Amino acid sequence: MKVGLFIPCYVDQFYPGAAIATLCLLEKLGVEVVYPPKQTCCGQPMANSGFEHLTGDCNELFVKNFAEFDYIVAPSGSCVLHIRDHLHDDKHPEAAKNISHRIYELTSFLIDVLKVENLPARFPHRVGLHQSCHGQRGLHISSMTELVAPEFSKPGSLLKMVADIDLVDLNRKDECCGFGGTFCVTEEAVSVKMGKDRVADHLKHDVSYITGVDMSCLMHMEGILKRQGSNVKVIHIAEILNAG
Amino acid sequence: MSSRENILAAVKVNQPERVPLPDISIFETGTKGSLQKFAAVLAGVGGKTDYVSDYEEIVRIIKAQYGCDVRIVSPLRELQELSHENLEDLALIHDLRDVEVAILNAHFAVAENGAVWITENEMRHRVLPFVTQHLAVIIKEGDIVPTMHHAYNLINTNTCGFGTFIAGPSKTADIEQSLVIGAHGPRSMTVFVIKDTNHDEGSSL
Amino acid sequence: MTEHSTKEHSELAEDFIKDEDRVDWHDETLWFIRQKRDKAAHQLPEWEALREAASQIKNNVLSNLHDYLLQFERNAVANGIEVHWAADAAEHNQIVQRLLNEANVVRMVKSKSMLTEECGLNEYLAKQGIEVIDSDLGERIVQLAEEPPSHIVLPCIHKKKEEIGEIFHQHLGIEAGISDPQFLTETARQHLREIFLTRRAALTGVNFAVAETGEFVVCTNEGNADMGAHLADIHIASMGIEKLIPKKKHLGVFLRLLTRSATGQPITTYSSHFRTPRDGTKIHVILVDNGRTVQLGRKDFRNSLKCIRCAACMNTCPVYRRSGGHSYHTAVAGPIGSILAPNLDMEKYADLPFASTLCGSCSNVCPVKIDIHEQLYKWRQVLVKNGYTPKAKKAGMQVMTWTLSSPSLYQAAGKVGRWVIKYAPFAVNNKLNPWHKQRDMPESPEWSFNVWYKQNRKNDEQ
Repeated sequence: MKVGLFIPCYVDQFYPGAAIATLCLLEKLGVEVVYPPKQTCCGQPMANSGFEHLTGDCNELFVKNFAEFDYIVAPSGSCVLHIRDHLHDDKHPEAAKNISHRIYELTSFLIDVLKVENLPARFPHRVGLHQSCHGQRGLHISSMTELVAPEFSKPGSLLKMVADIDLVDLNRKDECCGFGGTFCVTEEAVSVKMGKDRVADHLKHDVSYITGVDMSCLMHMEGILKRQGSNVKVIHIAEILNAG
Repeated sequence: MSSRENILAAVKVNQPERVPLPDISIFETGTKGSLQKFAAVLAGVGGKTDYVSDYEEIVRIIKAQYGCDVRIVSPLRELQELSHENLEDLALIHDLRDVEVAILNAHFAVAENGAVWITENEMRHRVLPFVTQHLAVIIKEGDIVPTMHHAYNLINTNTCGFGTFIAGPSKTADIEQSLVIGAHGPRSMTVFVIKDTNHDEGSSL
Repeated sequence: MTEHSTKEHSELAEDFIKDEDRVDWHDETLWFIRQKRDKAAHQLPEWEALREAASQIKNNVLSNLHDYLLQFERNAVANGIEVHWAADAAEHNQIVQRLLNEANVVRMVKSKSMLTEECGLNEYLAKQGIEVIDSDLGERIVQLAEEPPSHIVLPCIHKKKEEIGEIFHQHLGIEAGISDPQFLTETARQHLREIFLTRRAALTGVNFAVAETGEFVVCTNEGNADMGAHLADIHIASMGIEKLIPKKKHLGVFLRLLTRSATGQPITTYSSHFRTPRDGTKIHVILVDNGRTVQLGRKDFRNSLKCIRCAACMNTCPVYRRSGGHSYHTAVAGPIGSILAPNLDMEKYADLPFASTLCGSCSNVCPVKIDIHEQLYKWRQVLVKNGYTPKAKKAGMQVMTWTLSSPSLYQAAGKVGRWVIKYAPFAVNNKLNPWHKQRDMPESPEWSFNVWYKQNRKNDEQ
């Protein structure tokens, strides 16, 4: 199987470490990974702001880049959800449909397709797992506290395979961090308050790291942590699963 | 065209294609309601359950609790000792404003939520179970169902002009989410469960 | 004034958040209710099946609303209830006024009806010289405070008990400085008891109206709807046309879901079924459209009409909990309000669908499975297409489109951005950058992943 690696724009530009870890992790698990160099963005920032009608060119570029792969994998729940729900290309409708069915967020890919049951990773630190909303509620990468349904967590099960990791139980397991795309600046006060509250939950549990599947959430929380002068770091789950 | 015509026309034009109703009989599991569960839920909402053998016991309990100097009303002949008032003789329903205790029959209880079903036939006056300071309701031991689905099976063809499910005393948490029992309706509610002398062994208790 | 603000959600939210202790209190109070709801839901293994059934019943209602309305009217009239139809808020208010005038009533007692909030009934009647007293404790408090309710189930959730004590001191004559909820509730009980006993007209809302039998159900914990209605000569019940359900037995589904979703209780203290008026009295039901037929015609948004007004979406919404109901400047706030209001006035409520991170929690708690977060997304597209977006944002988005459609432009822009953050941080670490107000910018890495890959891997492929 050939996997196309899709790296979200902000990960590409600001957190290449997460992208490198994703690539290395997949290769470690025996996957043939190709990174189409002309990729840009999934179009979500525009679509979520009400400008879905402007994303045609962006979509077309995405389809062009990723049509040939058996699977497309990305270290992001939010971008993958957007592609799954909203990728359309009038010029190549079938290709677009295929892509939206074959694109996976990283931890889902590991659990559902590769069926990973153990990992040679070690991360001897106290870690809080932030459940990014779009991955959780949109892609069902874990159960949701609102629903009466069995508990499960794909990122959680992968983290449990990591040696010496100390995972904490948060007070509010799946409350939104407040990033929300352009929301983070258009509703700055609410966004930051939500982020501060999320961060406080992790700090109350004495974590050294906050992780998750979406760098956007982590970037937002990191901004708050750094402003508070905290030593707590954010780290994408790919980097933990690839660690040691 | 009247508003009625306009609204109906707009609805007709705008409503989507017909979709069927679901089968809700799947929720009617079990037939027996648990009195134990009922009592626990009722207690949780500030109400009380009293198991009694007969009406005489109810009379004793009410007398002991409220004394003889307060206005007690009940349409039940069995409780005439507590109240000689003829509720049919009321000039104005507002005359019920100083009722301290009202004791009424209920048709049945619902185990899942601590509610009892009472209609205006039992109330005699609709305002009575609300305006009274304290409410007591009587059910027979076997008259209990597990869920609201079973309840509606029982009252589906009921054509009374007014009926209500009452689950405990009136209450509010509008002030900083602090629960206060006794809002505008009764301050307390007791359900008397009269033991069924003819009940078989494997029943709801 | 009980009017809503003309400011936008983001501004009102910013004001609300200034008092951080208060926001924390508001947020924790509502989160606690969300937890009670979870506990109640988890006690019913069939909970998700119930939600599905309720959703399907309401889907059926919307698809057959015309006939159900006629059926309800027919049966209600046969029961002795008078049925009126109001095209909009103004007509609803005029009908209420006419009914009160005909009965020579100038003082009315009202139990909770969000529809009447939507119609601005109290203000309208006041102008006509008719006094309306709200009998629900929370509503009475905000009425005395001259504010609109901030939450559709817990109208004064935004008020602290000391503030309520002060309101009662000013308007109901109690001593200053009292904050004990028990005492305050008792005060309201005595005050409102006199109201109930002296008002000849009572207005209630309608939780559910049954087409099959022509009856309607009113649910309260306080007993105020019943105290008002059973002591009055005329009982007016206002309802949105979408509040119908087909058959009496369907009440079993809805009454099991409603209060568990709203407050975590298994049922309200009173679930009163009104079928006929008492001898010598009248019941009037007013069926109100006020934009509902328009929403019914919107394929993407008609499901919002399934709403049974439980407010579970508000309790779970992390934005609502931290911005408060008043920041939505509309009668019904929160997630459901944000998909209902734009239908009434796109310009006035264009900000609401953007007051969300689209986290999806609301859709998960909705007892009738309204796809709230998906409708929020879709409203954003509609609002932008209709021009309700600031020019600067539109221009910015166009630039973003060009950049993201061209790999070379995108890489160049990214490179510039990283350079600026690294070498000219003052350009972005300033007041013009809203991100920077309370957060540090991300650090600038040496290379983007794209560049790293080209340098470290591309050669391997070739």
